Amino acid sequence: MTEYEAVIGLEIHAELMTASKMFCGCRVVDSVTAPPNTATCPVCLGMPGMLPVINKRAVELAIRVGLALNCTIQRHNIFARKNYFYPDLPKSYQISQYELPLALDGHLDIELASGETKRIDIRRVHLEEDTGKLTHLDKDSQFPQGGTLVDYNRSGVPLLEIVSEPNIRSGEEARAYAVKIRQILRYLEVNSGDMEKGVFRVEPNISLRPAGTETFGTRTELKNLNSFRALADGTAYELVRQAEILDAGGQVVQETRGWNESKRLTFSQRSKEEAEDYRYFPEPDLPPLEITDEWVESVKLTLPELPDTKRARYMADFELSAYDASVLVEERAVANWFEHTLAVSDVDPAPSPKSIANWMINDLFRLMNEHKQGVADIKFEPAAFVQLIGLVENNTVNNNTAKDVLTEMYQSGRPAAEIIQAKGLAQISDETAIFEIISQVIRENPDTVAAYLSGKDKLRGWFVGQVMKATKGKANPEIVNRRLAEQLDQLK
Amino acid sequence: MKLTELTLTQLRDGLRQGSITSVEATQAMLARIVDVDNDIRSYLTITDEMALEQAASADARRAQGEDTPLLGVPIAVKDIIATQGVPTTAGSKILDGFIPPYDAFVVDQLKAAGAVILGKTNTDEFAMGSSTENSAFVTTSNPWDTERVPGGSSGGSAAAVAARLAFAALGTDTGGSVRQPASFCGVVGLRPTYGRMSRWGVVAFASSLDQVGPFGRTVADCTALFQATAGYDRRDSTSLDVPVPDFEAVLTGDIRGLRVGVPKEYFISGIEPEVEAAVRAAIAQMEQLGAEIVEISLPHTRYALPVYYLIAPAEASANLARYDGIRYGPRVDGENMIESVKRTRSLFGPEVKRRIMLGTYALSTGYYDEYYGRALKVRTLIKQDFVEAFKQVDIIATPTSPTTAFKIGDRADDPLGMYLADIFTLSLNLSAGCGLSLPCGFDSQGLPIGLQLIGDTLQEAKILNAAHAYEQSTAWHQQLPLTGAS
Repeated sequence: MTEYEAVIGLEIHAELMTASKMFCGCRVVDSVTAPPNTATCPVCLGMPGMLPVINKRAVELAIRVGLALNCTIQRHNIFARKNYFYPDLPKSYQISQYELPLALDGHLDIELASGETKRIDIRRVHLEEDTGKLTHLDKDSQFPQGGTLVDYNRSGVPLLEIVSEPNIRSGEEARAYAVKIRQILRYLEVNSGDMEKGVFRVEPNISLRPAGTETFGTRTELKNLNSFRALADGTAYELVRQAEILDAGGQVVQETRGWNESKRLTFSQRSKEEAEDYRYFPEPDLPPLEITDEWVESVKLTLPELPDTKRARYMADFELSAYDASVLVEERAVANWFEHTLAVSDVDPAPSPKSIANWMINDLFRLMNEHKQGVADIKFEPAAFVQLIGLVENNTVNNNTAKDVLTEMYQSGRPAAEIIQAKGLAQISDETAIFEIISQVIRENPDTVAAYLSGKDKLRGWFVGQVMKATKGKANPEIVNRRLAEQLDQLK
Repeated sequence: MKLTELTLTQLRDGLRQGSITSVEATQAMLARIVDVDNDIRSYLTITDEMALEQAASADARRAQGEDTPLLGVPIAVKDIIATQGVPTTAGSKILDGFIPPYDAFVVDQLKAAGAVILGKTNTDEFAMGSSTENSAFVTTSNPWDTERVPGGSSGGSAAAVAARLAFAALGTDTGGSVRQPASFCGVVGLRPTYGRMSRWGVVAFASSLDQVGPFGRTVADCTALFQATAGYDRRDSTSLDVPVPDFEAVLTGDIRGLRVGVPKEYFISGIEPEVEAAVRAAIAQMEQLGAEIVEISLPHTRYALPVYYLIAPAEASANLARYDGIRYGPRVDGENMIESVKRTRSLFGPEVKRRIMLGTYALSTGYYDEYYGRALKVRTLIKQDFVEAFKQVDIIATPTSPTTAFKIGDRADDPLGMYLADIFTLSLNLSAGCGLSLPCGFDSQGLPIGLQLIGDTLQEAKILNAAHAYEQSTAWHQQLPLTGAS
């Protein structure tokens, strides 16, 4: 059987988080929750004689993305009309970019499961406008005739299209690339990355060719992918389907296919014969958009540190493991929270970044996961978190108690010191007090002592437990271990 | 003299002096419209109630000591220009009954200037035509001979001004749609530089060519309306952010030393001898007034018609695709949505359908480079012709149209013959200049002949002053058609 190489390119559409639409002053609203047709005007409804005006902020955000994806920002930009009929497209053309898009020739490095890094080339990034949304009605009592409703709230929302070169080779690579694009867009604060709401949409072009050959096979385009999992699974399915067709001596049909999530298969939506001729031509209502060097430079200054750079810095400066660093940089808000903890200066001794990272990843994230919350929901400040860790490191509380205190902090937002005081949780580090408790445990358990002394060394842990139980877990474990060893050894 | 025979500037003087009220002038015009417009059919909608309210309000404001450039002056507006609360059809069944919730920029400007809006004038459907015969509603008659066309597409506005049914009017000019009807109706019509007038609220035909333009009975009247409506508008990205000069102040009538170019390509076979003679006489008259006449060449002139008929329909094919009956306008129901949209689109007239098909073809994959793409390149050459010409001369003088007004029905079945009516006006729309038409005589049948003056980018002042100088030295503009004379 022939061995095939997968040839996959991704088109990603991302709405830009501007206050107003791409070509008019209408607000950008949540297209799922906002009442239908409440954020529209004659411009985004395509009424006669209405004209577009470019939203500068959208251009700025697009430049930001272009720079973050290592693209060349084109100085001379042309908008074009993409002509096709659909009831959700009020002008019957979409204002997009065709021949002279905003950004060209970028790239993005992705990490593969093997740990290797792979560079995915980005062909172009361009600006356009989103369409409205159709809702097809069931023939129920409210609408006995059935029919279709159209909501133009989304019509004219700024939309970025990011097109990769076809050098993606598997569903997993496609997923890694898309995940990383989403992460960067979220870092840049240009897109929320919400795939369920359709503000971030991924469409792969997929084809196969015999391994080692250069010409492209016939491709299919996949739509309706509402999650990264759907992207990986749908792509994988399509690769198998195409391989089976080719192996059987058949030919892949060039078409648009949808992904059926429940049946877990792809199905034909539109063939090439039915495909539209978009008749692109330069948008005469908009003069060319000239982007000056100064503009690009000023946008460059607004770029945040991107995840890859941040991760490398965390590993080099704070000696974090690759895994820990990745976890912390995954979301910009989390990284920001972590970096705020590093700026806390009034805790002595100051906990190390590595120690703070451990507490965040092991304990704070566990609480966030349990409550299905994000870093924005945390009720206490990063400084309060550092104070808690400081109390562990200066032996005011032990580790286990600190975890309980953190749980309490997470629920109430109260400072650690206050919780410790109120509940009397301060660690017992008084050597005399611990000596007394150990002595008492030894006195009350002569049989166990005898067993220990006869060589059952493992019982040492049992004694630690008894001491902890007697102190409600507050005893300083280091002192307990040392004193217990001394006192038991004396009995030998 | 009858109120309705006053020029706009005479009326404005009377209003300022208090010898006439706006209500009187408006009532006189409305009465004349009732008397006469059955014969001319220049209006599609008469906004009499609104006009009388605006007139009363203008009089009240004037009584308070206010004065604005067109305070109380009754004006007509081409029905392709959106008027809030007033039907705006673009001469098409597909917008029959459409009432925009907005005013076009130029209508905002008219209202700010205190003008009274008498109504909406007839147009070829979506401004596609040269006779008003493509209007889905009526064909307007030429006031000089009601068996003839008034020209188009702004034939309603031109006829209304010629027949004294408005003191001035707004039209639009995509390929000559102001200048050619001005020529046929013996009035003055200006096509300003692209970007001088915001297109906001003007129903689009060909976006890179469309421009609003004023009509007046005299150059001064036309200038007054131009002055009040020109200007930058941030809602139109193609409108030019440049100051509007005081055009009325530049009408000195002195054109000594003005270099007037006469392009040899505009005096071709096919031009009526009487038209050529009148235009040559007008050029000689300008020389008498001190202008210097220079023969020039605009070598790519012969490509203007094919280039125009690729670019304009291509843009139109996109601009008109929105009329699907889903959001506004009439809807013809069908078994399903697609069928309903198809039937709704059958409301377009034959010329509009023809141009949508032409444009769709020119933009199609495999034909784009050969047609639309090549047309854009040749457009650049045509523009360059004018750039070169204006290195030698200040303005250019040509006939406006090769003929005088033709008979209704004569070219209705001959689209190419109809397209030729605009052969001298199209080039300007493809360039970055401005142009006007003014009366320069009559043919042996008593039909007006137009002289076209073309200026460089934003040089409206030069052509307006040259036109004014010529007009003041002749009496053509004082002749009125006998419309309504009993």
